[in-house]
Amino acid sequence: MSLEDTLRTLREEASREITAAANLEEIEKVRLSYLGKKGSLTKALKGMKDLPPEERPVIGSLANEIRDEITGKLEDARAQLELQKMNEQLESEVIDVTLPGRKVRKGASHVLTQIREELEDLFIGMGYQVIEGPEMEEDNYNFERMNLPKNHPARDMQDTFYITEDTLLRTHTSPVQARTMDVHDFSKGPLKMISPGKVYRRDDDDATHSHQFQQIEGLVVDKNITMADLKGTLQIFAKKMFGEDREIRLRPSFFPFTEPSVEVDVSCFKCGGQGCNVCKQTGWIEILGAGVVHPNVLEMSGVDSDVYSGFAFGLGLERIAMLKYGVDDIRHFYQNDQRFLEQFKVRR
Amino acid sequence: MLVSYNWLKEYVNLDQLTPAELADKITLTGIEVEDVISQGGNLTKIVVGEVLTEEKMEGSDHLHITTVNVGEEEPYQIVCGAPNVAAGQKVIVALPGARLAGGLKIKKSKLRGHVSNGMICSLQELGFSDSVIPKKFADGIYVLPEDAEPGEEVRSYLGMDDAVLDLSITPNRADALSMRGVAYEVGAILNQTPSFPELELKETSDKQAGDLVSIAVEDEKDAPVYKMRIIEGVTVKESPLWLQQKLMKAGIRPIDNLVDITNYVMLEYGQPLHAFDYDKLGSKEILVRRAKEDEKLVTLDGTERTLSPENLVITNGSEPIALAGVMGGENSHITDTTTTVALEAALFESTLIRKTAQQLNLRSESSSRFEKGINVAAIQQAADHAAALMAELGGGRVVEGTVSQEAIQPEDTRIHITVEKINRSLGTKLTEKEVTEIIERLGFGSKQITDGELEVSVPPRRWDMSIQADVIEEVARIYGYHRIPATLPSGDTTLGELSDAQRLDRHTRRFLEGSGLSQAITYSLTTTEKANRFALRDTPDTHLDWPMSEEHKTLRKSLISGLLDSAGYNRARSMKDVALYETGRVFFQEEGQVLLAEEEHVAAVLTGSLEQDSWLGDGAQVDFFTVKGILEELFASYGLKEAIVFKADSTQDGMHPGRTAAIELNGKTIGFVGQIHPLAAKEHDLDETYVFEFNLDAVVEAEKEPLLYSAIPKYPGTSRDIALLVDEEVTHQQVLTVIEENGGKWLREIRLFDLYQGESIQEGKKSLAYSLAYLNPEATLVEEDVNKAFEKVKEALVSQLNVEIR
Repeated sequence: MSLEDTLRTLREEASREITAAANLEEIEKVRLSYLGKKGSLTKALKGMKDLPPEERPVIGSLANEIRDEITGKLEDARAQLELQKMNEQLESEVIDVTLPGRKVRKGASHVLTQIREELEDLFIGMGYQVIEGPEMEEDNYNFERMNLPKNHPARDMQDTFYITEDTLLRTHTSPVQARTMDVHDFSKGPLKMISPGKVYRRDDDDATHSHQFQQIEGLVVDKNITMADLKGTLQIFAKKMFGEDREIRLRPSFFPFTEPSVEVDVSCFKCGGQGCNVCKQTGWIEILGAGVVHPNVLEMSGVDSDVYSGFAFGLGLERIAMLKYGVDDIRHFYQNDQRFLEQFKVRR
Repeated sequence: MLVSYNWLKEYVNLDQLTPAELADKITLTGIEVEDVISQGGNLTKIVVGEVLTEEKMEGSDHLHITTVNVGEEEPYQIVCGAPNVAAGQKVIVALPGARLAGGLKIKKSKLRGHVSNGMICSLQELGFSDSVIPKKFADGIYVLPEDAEPGEEVRSYLGMDDAVLDLSITPNRADALSMRGVAYEVGAILNQTPSFPELELKETSDKQAGDLVSIAVEDEKDAPVYKMRIIEGVTVKESPLWLQQKLMKAGIRPIDNLVDITNYVMLEYGQPLHAFDYDKLGSKEILVRRAKEDEKLVTLDGTERTLSPENLVITNGSEPIALAGVMGGENSHITDTTTTVALEAALFESTLIRKTAQQLNLRSESSSRFEKGINVAAIQQAADHAAALMAELGGGRVVEGTVSQEAIQPEDTRIHITVEKINRSLGTKLTEKEVTEIIERLGFGSKQITDGELEVSVPPRRWDMSIQADVIEEVARIYGYHRIPATLPSGDTTLGELSDAQRLDRHTRRFLEGSGLSQAITYSLTTTEKANRFALRDTPDTHLDWPMSEEHKTLRKSLISGLLDSAGYNRARSMKDVALYETGRVFFQEEGQVLLAEEEHVAAVLTGSLEQDSWLGDGAQVDFFTVKGILEELFASYGLKEAIVFKADSTQDGMHPGRTAAIELNGKTIGFVGQIHPLAAKEHDLDETYVFEFNLDAVVEAEKEPLLYSAIPKYPGTSRDIALLVDEEVTHQQVLTVIEENGGKWLREIRLFDLYQGESIQEGKKSLAYSLAYLNPEATLVEEDVNKAFEKVKEALVSQLNVEIR
């Protein structure tokens, strides 16, 4: 048999044997029997040197082609068998994916904090600073600077925890406004601030009263600040807090530190204004108090009320949380029952 | 203020408005209407009856059998249990099928074998409150006037086809504490001028008031106006029904005609009046003065009051006869035998009245009006009106003239304002004409000073108005808040951002939540004992001046006590795993400071496990190192220049002496971490519980390491392990220090990977195993250099800590 015939025979035999191999070991055997040092193809190639020189290129090229072909087929078969083996292993590794996962415990942010931060972020976006003040206050800042002189009848509206005759636990976060106005340099631009924090009132704790609660108050003072600016600002707040479709309504009211003073209602987010048990059939829910800063309050901080004007608003975080999430008892916010706290892990 | 819709209709035209619609308008324009009470409600088939016969039912100690003419052909037999029922009375009868106020339906029934065709009613059964029912009828049926027609509907006869609006009056709108004030308000809203009936006062007595009484006021600031009218020949009796009805709807109990008239006039004008029995004054000289120290007065509620110069009294020259503006004296008040009335109409200084009412806990309709101010222009008018009514309803004669001491005269308040200022404040584009129209609707005067500038004249009935902002508010509310545009401030842009402290606070909270702790909020006020326990500093207590309870009396100096209460609360409700944290203020007194030092602290309580028991195995119990691990990572995240140091601390009150570490920053203790003392834990019904607390302000203020990228190592490092046998007293920190000091320049990290004590280890010893990691960022480490460095560490450990290398 000529060398060429031998090569062609080897090609066919090898192809057959590769196809027949059932596992990786047999593949290896086939490889060794053809391509190993003593393999039949290796041996056949050694016969090349006996060929006449003019035949060598032709046969040489054929020999290389056949070797490459066998190598290729071997590799394909090996990959195929490896895949098959892998699949068999994977099949043996099947688990019940419906079993519960390993719990990673995550704590919840308090719902009041969530509302506070949501509001902080909203107002920061509108250029407000977040300024906190002392929880123990001077009577002067808590009342007198808020246009509530001693013996003002409106002082009855807020029963106060006094510590000494002149110091108390603040009844609202408004004193922070006076403290900030005192030091603000209006030549450098408007004052826009919110002051969140804890406040205290002489109330017996029950489902709707808490001797400690949280407020956020806002204040903007600049030239040409108007009631319309207050309305626009509160509209943004209401839509952000209670939904895009909400409207607000202003009703006249009284606070010593603002005039005009208004109570602000938001259209009921449960019934959309038709009337339901949440809005007591009125279609509106009272959410905050606001107004144009009283000139006395500006003047007491040395701000010229002929040149500057401002608006202020204040709201209770507990009330917002109770309305927004349907919480029925204010004491839940301070009992720290984990079954309550952890309901507010959900963030939207 | 309870406002009867029907009464209001006497002054303004309400034809186009139901009570509910009116209430809405008032609420949106000025004064919140809290409730609209439908007087008659669903009352039906309730008629006037005439008791024809009445006899006691045999065998019953309280039932009566009556026959009652209800305007039909045959009288009805009705069984009645009221003690005051009697033949000849005109009464209220609920016929079979009637519904009473409580929803009770009346049926024909039999009582002890006797047929009862309905029920004779009390006022309570018609929905009247106990507090307004005349005392006479408080415990029985109500007896109607003799002229009541049997069969007539009681609803209309008693004026119950009415609605009462409950107005919530804010301190600035005391002008609406009167029917006339409300009428002006409603007039402004509806663009009507209210009309009030002309008063006819006939002074029919031939006497002169000035001859009967004289008035002196010691300090005119205390009583700027003091007037008296005298009415003689009056008969004290029951008021007519229309008057009683008006009072009852306003929440005031009818007493007798004289007292009822003073109350009625107060409701109409807002002017409190007081009626003295002239014959009991004890003199003809009235002196208004401050009470003397410890002066006594028995007020007409029968209570003896001990007074002081803080109180203003009306005297007869020597003895007090009334507590000015608050309550009359028993010695001079109206009784059934009174024939001559001295009627007081005055203005008292508001603070004085307020303090007296507060001090004696004697709030009344009268004192609350004086506290908030009254209409100075109506004082005389109110006195005249009351005098005329006493003549009309009491059969008296009004004595000529009013005796008066007046330091002030009613005057309009004039306020100058420009239309531009109004628009600049409201963001509106009102014209001068629009503004003027609104001012006139309010019943104020408006005069143009120059183009765009107005002088607004406010009558005394709106004494709340004095500055431009008052005018702006009036314009805004009558114009309508819904018509004001919605804009945003248009000035310079400002920077909105959180402070460093606020950002660090948020970061800390997010970190702890990520570590499995939920945020708690506890009370700042607590018991004195809890306020002090776990405190980082020993400073004097800060108590409330007048606490409501021992539970909330003292400002806390630590957050842990509150958190332990919360942990106990959760454990008591079968939650065995508790992980809570809080950030909040604690309060310390500082020498020479008016206010307290308020420090922002972070604290946590953990007990049980941070992992849930599950099919994968039980969660590991929280221990000291769980909590310390959280803290170490937290402190690492702050990037502090000086590292936080944990130092054993056996002295912290309430803590386990062997499992507590002080947290130090720059040599100062800023907090602690450890296990609660078992006794303290037991008080909160807790078992093994861990806590930490530290001062977040100290972290805010501490210097931070600038954050800069350091190159990722290009060359491989190497490590060496070492196992040591040491005396058990030797701490990990001591070993660490020796290794660090002798580690050489390539030592990067020291990691403890094993701690063993027990079997196969000598008593009093422990085995520690460390892995030391070396790295040269510039080049591949040379084996020999590492070996040399490692040897040095070993030698130092042996020589300094007497360790045995294993």
